[in-house]
Amino acid sequence: MTADSSERQNNNETIQEPSPLRETWLRLLKNKAAVAGLIIITLFLLLAIFAPLVSPHDPIAQDIEFRKSPPFTRGYILGTDELGRDILSRLIYGARLSMTIGVISVGIAMIGGVAVGTISGYYGGWFDKIVMRIIDIMLAFPYVLLTIVIVAVLGPNLTNAMIAIGISQMPRYVRLVRASVLAEKESDYILAERSIGTGDFELMFGSILPNSLAPIIVQSTLGVGEAILSSAALSFLGLGAQPPIPEWGLMIASSREFVTNAWWIVTFPGLATLLAVLGFNLFGDGLRDVLDPRLKE
Amino acid sequence: MNENVLLSIENLHVSFYTLRGVVRAVRGLNLQIRTGETVALVGESGCGKSVSAHAVTGLLPVPPAKIEEGKIFFDGQDVLQFNEKQMRGLRGVRVGMIFQEPMTSLNPVFKIGDQIADVFRVHHRIGKQKAFQMAVDLLDKVKIPEPERRAREYPFQLSGGMRQRAMIAMALASPKPGLIIADEPTTALDVTIQAQILHLLKELQKDIGVAVLLITHDMGVVAQVADRATVMYAGRAVEQGTVEEVFSDYRHPYTHGLLHSLPGNPEYRGAKRLIAIPGTVPDLRSLGNECPFANRCSHVKDRCWHEFPEETTLTAEHRFWCWYPTNLKAEDAHER
Amino acid sequence: MARYILQRLLLLIPTLLGVLTIVFFMTALSPGDPARVMLGERANAQQLEQLREDLGLNKPLGEQYLIYLKRTLRLDFGRSIRTGRSVMEEIREHFPATIELALVSMFLATFFGIVIGVLSAVKQNTWLDYSAMIGALTGVSMPVFWLGLVLIMIFSVGLGWFPTGGRMEVRLFFEPITRFYLLDSLIILIRDGDPAYLKSSLQHIILPAVALGTIPIAIIARTTRSSMLETLRQDYVKTARAAGIHERRVIFRYALKNALLPVVTVIGLQFGLLLAGAILTETIFAWPGIGRWIYSAITARDYPAVQAGVIIVSAFFVGINVVVDILYSVINPKIRLR
Repeated sequence: MTADSSERQNNNETIQEPSPLRETWLRLLKNKAAVAGLIIITLFLLLAIFAPLVSPHDPIAQDIEFRKSPPFTRGYILGTDELGRDILSRLIYGARLSMTIGVISVGIAMIGGVAVGTISGYYGGWFDKIVMRIIDIMLAFPYVLLTIVIVAVLGPNLTNAMIAIGISQMPRYVRLVRASVLAEKESDYILAERSIGTGDFELMFGSILPNSLAPIIVQSTLGVGEAILSSAALSFLGLGAQPPIPEWGLMIASSREFVTNAWWIVTFPGLATLLAVLGFNLFGDGLRDVLDPRLKE
Repeated sequence: MNENVLLSIENLHVSFYTLRGVVRAVRGLNLQIRTGETVALVGESGCGKSVSAHAVTGLLPVPPAKIEEGKIFFDGQDVLQFNEKQMRGLRGVRVGMIFQEPMTSLNPVFKIGDQIADVFRVHHRIGKQKAFQMAVDLLDKVKIPEPERRAREYPFQLSGGMRQRAMIAMALASPKPGLIIADEPTTALDVTIQAQILHLLKELQKDIGVAVLLITHDMGVVAQVADRATVMYAGRAVEQGTVEEVFSDYRHPYTHGLLHSLPGNPEYRGAKRLIAIPGTVPDLRSLGNECPFANRCSHVKDRCWHEFPEETTLTAEHRFWCWYPTNLKAEDAHER
Repeated sequence: MARYILQRLLLLIPTLLGVLTIVFFMTALSPGDPARVMLGERANAQQLEQLREDLGLNKPLGEQYLIYLKRTLRLDFGRSIRTGRSVMEEIREHFPATIELALVSMFLATFFGIVIGVLSAVKQNTWLDYSAMIGALTGVSMPVFWLGLVLIMIFSVGLGWFPTGGRMEVRLFFEPITRFYLLDSLIILIRDGDPAYLKSSLQHIILPAVALGTIPIAIIARTTRSSMLETLRQDYVKTARAAGIHERRVIFRYALKNALLPVVTVIGLQFGLLLAGAILTETIFAWPGIGRWIYSAITARDYPAVQAGVIIVSAFFVGINVVVDILYSVINPKIRLR
């Protein structure tokens, strides 16, 4: 049932003429939500890139004397955790991890999904039938369960978590790309190009695919947020990053026993996660508004 | 003022305050409708005809719309002074509306009969069954075959023509209907159905004695049903008169254009854009006091760009606003 | 209509068969030896061999698969490696807790989601709309497991209003009747006139239900809002207004009934997702549901339990989606009467 609605959406988006990048950019800047999202994302990206420069302490160095210090103790702006590690520095290094995880997971999902979806939609036939069946079956597993099971099979570590998230997110790209390839492949300009002897590969990835770029971009922006959330959840369950890595979900997991006496250990990692995910969702929503012709005036 | 004037619009000015500037949609419209007659408001889309009609029923979205000036009297009462409750007493009780798209104007998830019955029930204390029976009677009156069965069906189960009949029934769902505002009632229908609906309107008018304010861009429709017509262009009335006067003794070049965009050729029927008149409607945000038709007019002279024409009255009904009018009879004489 | 329903149900069969197949091969190919897990590190080679023989692990994969299919279709999932009890029996014990939690969450989410969505649409572009939509987007972005901790920190530890976990106070021991504690405690209230059980079960379910309901509430509010905005632009709303119908009635009777059609689908999908999404919430609130049970089965490499849990939850998920599809076609006259 969701398939119908997403396919309809895709068709609409691909029919739209690709607007010049600049115009899209200008319209995006008018969208307050998108700008807010962009600012948040940029902030986290900068923190991630310059983590060693901006973090005030070593994220795994333990200050035994000042364990569980509340915020603003001795230069620990957000306080320290149970082992006396600086929470702010851990969060900054955590941003590095989360951004990387988000981008790599979505990269896996997108590359895999786009390749499979394009080929499947372009050639059709038995390959397409099998792919669609597999996608149906994958979507029969609830997303969270699917990632957990895949990690369980592959073994609990950060790399496998990214692979699991990537695989779980793949079906949506397959459907999205396939739908727009189907809509596009019989269009006049493709027929014209084919008649002058352009090869299949170039038609698929050179001519058809660029036309479904808009929904892919929107989907992948929202996907990064979701991937950050999922990887935090997996780490929280002990199926992702392992100690002492400063991963946000792992930090939340190890803060569980301090709900009674050290609120800062509990609060800040979650806030960081929330803010980062919110950034991607704001930006993704704004992008969709700008790129989706249905909502245009 | 005449005793049996039902609706009187006096010097109506309506503007829309949008982010991109003030759109002056209606500028100084005067219009009267007497009990039982049909008056057509003619013009291209965006000329202000629908806006004027919506002003009568208080359905303009405020903001961005604003009634800047003018008065609207219905049965002698100033409608613009009505509060929301009084307005609801007018809508659905004395004034019914029919819209262009019968496909989308009926609620898809309610049965036809229930929708009409609901209008009865909102305004009058009657039981559900009684209201439903009244709805069935109305469906019969608008000549829907098997009204009992149709009343129990959903809109998508009816044809376009039948849906428009149901809309008309809904507009009449009142013990004392006075005026029906029909906003392009036949535009979305094909030609044969169009004729049937117009015929029905005419008949109902005789039977029940309601007045009809017909909003249309189609001079053909005007000729078929209207008693009088007001031609609007870019927010202003440009010519007004009985249908005979407007059709056979028109003075405004725009009326001329409208009439000639409608050769017997069925291809032009329902076309929204004027084919015979070159150029486009001016931007309503940047209009000053010039004649708004100046940029498309073949008679245009310097004066037209500075001053909106004064009213010229020919007969009790016939008046126009143009400095350099067409004059058919004089031309005929000249040619002879 | 009947044909449509039949068609939807028939389409379930290949999907579920696919689920069974994937689950089988995932567990069969996953690293680690089930026999080793069951017997522990100290088992000798002979014991391991004996157990493999007993479990049928020595047979060729194809044959194992067929045996697995046969047993699964009879809902025979074997015995748990951890507890030695029948897996199906354990699921029967744990699933009601999850369904109860998910139902309460969905009830909250549906009610508040629709109210917020409608208000937002009606008051479009006011501070109310903006704050509701920022709230909804924050809800969608929420790490739910963290929200659970924060709720515990504030409302359990700080204010002492609610317990930190579990379904019922330990001292209130009772023999479960339906295993839906809210229902059970209601029965006790009617039968024995003792309100303590109902009070305790309500207190226990509120925080987890709120945490679990956060994402659905946000999604339902967003869907309702956009659907309502779309509906309010429709011609038939204009018709209703032109007929002099009171604005409140126009919104809540004429517009809402149309606007809710797509929301029904979203509610169903979210409910299905909650059954699995409960893994995190159940872990935080020590809620003895199927999610936490599957999770501990995974960490213990309890293969029969993992297989059964994943299959049951996915089957429910797919089943709910089909039911929602059918429900949608029933409430939408356009599809019902086709």
